[in-house]
Amino acid sequence: MAPEHAAPPTAPPPPAGPLLTMSGITKSFPGVRALDGVDLEVLPGEVHCLLGQNGAGKSTLIKVLAGAHQPDGGRITWGGETVALKSPIAAMRLGIATIYQELDLVEGLSVAENVFLGHEPTTAGFVVRGRTARTSAAALLARLGHPEVDPGRLVGSLSAAQQQIVSMARALSHDVRLIVMDEPSAALDPDEVDNLFRIVAALTADGVAVVYISHRLEEIRRIGDRVTVLKDGRAVAVGLPARDTPTRDIVSLMTGRNVEHAFPQRPQPVGQTSAAPVLSVQGLARQGEFEAIDLDVRPGEIVGLAGLVGSGRSEILETIYGARRPTSGHVVVDGNRLRTGSVRAAVRAGIGLAPEERKAQALLMLESVTRNVSVSTLSRFSRGGWIDRGTERSAAQQATRKLSLRPDRPEARIRTLSGGNQQKAVLARWLLRGCRVLLLDEPTRGVDVGARAELYAVIRRLADEGLAVLLVSSEVPEVLGLADRVLVLREGRLVHTAPAHELDEHRVLDLVMEGSPAA
Amino acid sequence: MTHSDVSDASEVKPQDGITSPPHKSGRRPLGLRLDLRNLSLLGVLAVLIAVGGITKPDQFLDTGNLQLVLTQASVIGVVTVGMTFVIISGGIDLSVGAIVALASVWATTVATQEYGFAGILFTAVIVGTACGLVNGVLIAYGRLVPFIATLAMLASARGLALQITGGTTQIVTVDSVLDLGIPDAYVLGIPPLVLVFALVTVVGWLILNRTTFGRRTVAVGGNAEAARLAGIDVRRQRLYLYLLSGLCCGIAAFMLIVLSGSGQNTNGNLYELDAIAAAIIGGTLLTGGRGTIVGSVLGVLVFTTITNIFALNNLQSDVQQIAKGAIIVAAVLVQRRTVRDEHA
Repeated sequence: MAPEHAAPPTAPPPPAGPLLTMSGITKSFPGVRALDGVDLEVLPGEVHCLLGQNGAGKSTLIKVLAGAHQPDGGRITWGGETVALKSPIAAMRLGIATIYQELDLVEGLSVAENVFLGHEPTTAGFVVRGRTARTSAAALLARLGHPEVDPGRLVGSLSAAQQQIVSMARALSHDVRLIVMDEPSAALDPDEVDNLFRIVAALTADGVAVVYISHRLEEIRRIGDRVTVLKDGRAVAVGLPARDTPTRDIVSLMTGRNVEHAFPQRPQPVGQTSAAPVLSVQGLARQGEFEAIDLDVRPGEIVGLAGLVGSGRSEILETIYGARRPTSGHVVVDGNRLRTGSVRAAVRAGIGLAPEERKAQALLMLESVTRNVSVSTLSRFSRGGWIDRGTERSAAQQATRKLSLRPDRPEARIRTLSGGNQQKAVLARWLLRGCRVLLLDEPTRGVDVGARAELYAVIRRLADEGLAVLLVSSEVPEVLGLADRVLVLREGRLVHTAPAHELDEHRVLDLVMEGSPAA
Repeated sequence: MTHSDVSDASEVKPQDGITSPPHKSGRRPLGLRLDLRNLSLLGVLAVLIAVGGITKPDQFLDTGNLQLVLTQASVIGVVTVGMTFVIISGGIDLSVGAIVALASVWATTVATQEYGFAGILFTAVIVGTACGLVNGVLIAYGRLVPFIATLAMLASARGLALQITGGTTQIVTVDSVLDLGIPDAYVLGIPPLVLVFALVTVVGWLILNRTTFGRRTVAVGGNAEAARLAGIDVRRQRLYLYLLSGLCCGIAAFMLIVLSGSGQNTNGNLYELDAIAAAIIGGTLLTGGRGTIVGSVLGVLVFTTITNIFALNNLQSDVQQIAKGAIIVAAVLVQRRTVRDEHA
């Protein structure tokens, strides 16, 4: 499966010491410990793959490496010397370049201007007009196998793959010794991926080290030298051989739980309720995101959607909720077809969403718990627009108490709460509204491991009371442990449906990664 | 705007036991409190009054002068109340001064004056509200950036005002309007315009703090995406907000007509800057999501008092402008520290 042109150097890396070592790196954000003592060692000229599920700490780690986040603790050495990466510029000066998933290019500037942004070739302190920059940029682009990209063109007019090449040219315009690539293949066609691998091989042949992040195991086998696996903010395996470690082992390292969560008991007739579905999604599709999605959720049932990032999970939930307009298909609640693309229609029909990005999409961070909970139900507490704040407060408090939200102080500012309690406030909002269908997008993201079990119990309790729950999670054990029925999603299509107790983690991971039921 | 949100209890029943009778919550009566920021503004105002009283004891503390200060504060104050709502929602209204000008000249044309008091008041309010409606439609449904939409309104409304007057001052001949401005009309020594300002302030405070409209304004400004996903009609809310600002401009235009006895196309010059500045030093976040009516009113009073003290001390307007600039910077620096402390 490895084409000849992408064959990495077979000789072991030069015996020189490691280019980079990170040891015991810790980093916390309010409410969550993102890195909990991570070690990483990168040799000159190797492709070092970083693997881990969402939330394992990969992004935080590479941001520390890029100087964008300051670690709380730990030690970083570069070529044997201890260094502090105080800023992105400091990292760049050492020769560390990062190519982020969301490319950080300025669309209104030309290719050449982007490549040399911040270090334009100048004479006497003045920016030299175009020519030098354009010639050098053209040389870099040719070296990257894309001589057809005109350095004078605006970056905004380029394709995603070309933009990525520009980003790489920018990295190479510095004297770079380590390039971090965050899922570089995610937006690429297969032959573009081949070109990417050719570039990586050429770089490493020059002694440049590459830290390569990808979800696709087959890519790691093709170009990787060694693998470090992250899980829950820790490195669970450091420097495994990329080609010889069995997939099974890597998968269990990625998913193996340090803490076994107590998942609540399922009600006895598992997934066998004969009641009519509350939520019924028929032929829902959105161009380029997902297609032909059919699913039903019955009262009291928790249905889980499992899939990788980019498989369309969140997009499906947001489309059901009306926050995105489908290109075809529709959503039916209690037999009534909803107007598509209208959040208000969905909310009125009794759908509630706990979105993936809690702070950006759900919470009013400057406001109190009560106001965050009551925001979707204001007219129930008001007459002629006049809010009865006593009723509002006590009703909101009753909802938050039912979910054991702590602290039990309605005036507490929402931002002072932990991630788990903030999530409970979002759930309380929909509980208060009396919604019948709950869409949960990564409900335990940013929630401490210890607080998750309680959240699981809350979700199960809501289902037992008759809510229909549709759950999306990138953590397979969460879907398997919490849901009654699991739908497996790969690249925007449903590839498998089964009761949760008939599936296990390996099987689901095989399905989401390989797409073939034959494991 | 009162029954517009998504919930209607007839369709969606609340979960058992969630709605319950209100319980006595033992909170401050009316929930009124002066936060730290407003207290510090009160402190600044007290210092200013002391300075005025010391430098020009006879003139500054004279009843007539205090009445004048309050009256001047009233016109810009009404505009500032509307502006505060817009800024809390994350928007901006650059057109307030121009709308005041247009409304004031439209309401003082010969034709309008034939309809007397009611005609002038009605025209001023309608013209202001209509301009706000145009702003709101462009921003909410035309998806123009507020800065651009209201900048365009600023230019066109001023132009239209000039076209109507031809550059002349339109003298008001309706006595019942002019009578509101003379001391005989003062209620217990308080000019009627000040009473209007007080009324607008109280109503604005109630709307912001006690109604669904106010709550949604804060939600839209604090996190528009979260508001949308919570089922709030963000666009309609934005429309209403610019409408409200236009309405305030219309009221202010009428007050200005009473005060000056005329309508001019140069009326309301730079009101947008004064109103924005007053709201900002009053603690309204320019990024939206937080602000108080009380703070904005205090901001207006601080500015007007400074202007008065400087004038009494024969300091020219250039010095006044410099002082105002310094106060804006100081207030924002203090605020940023406060916000940071709260986030820590």
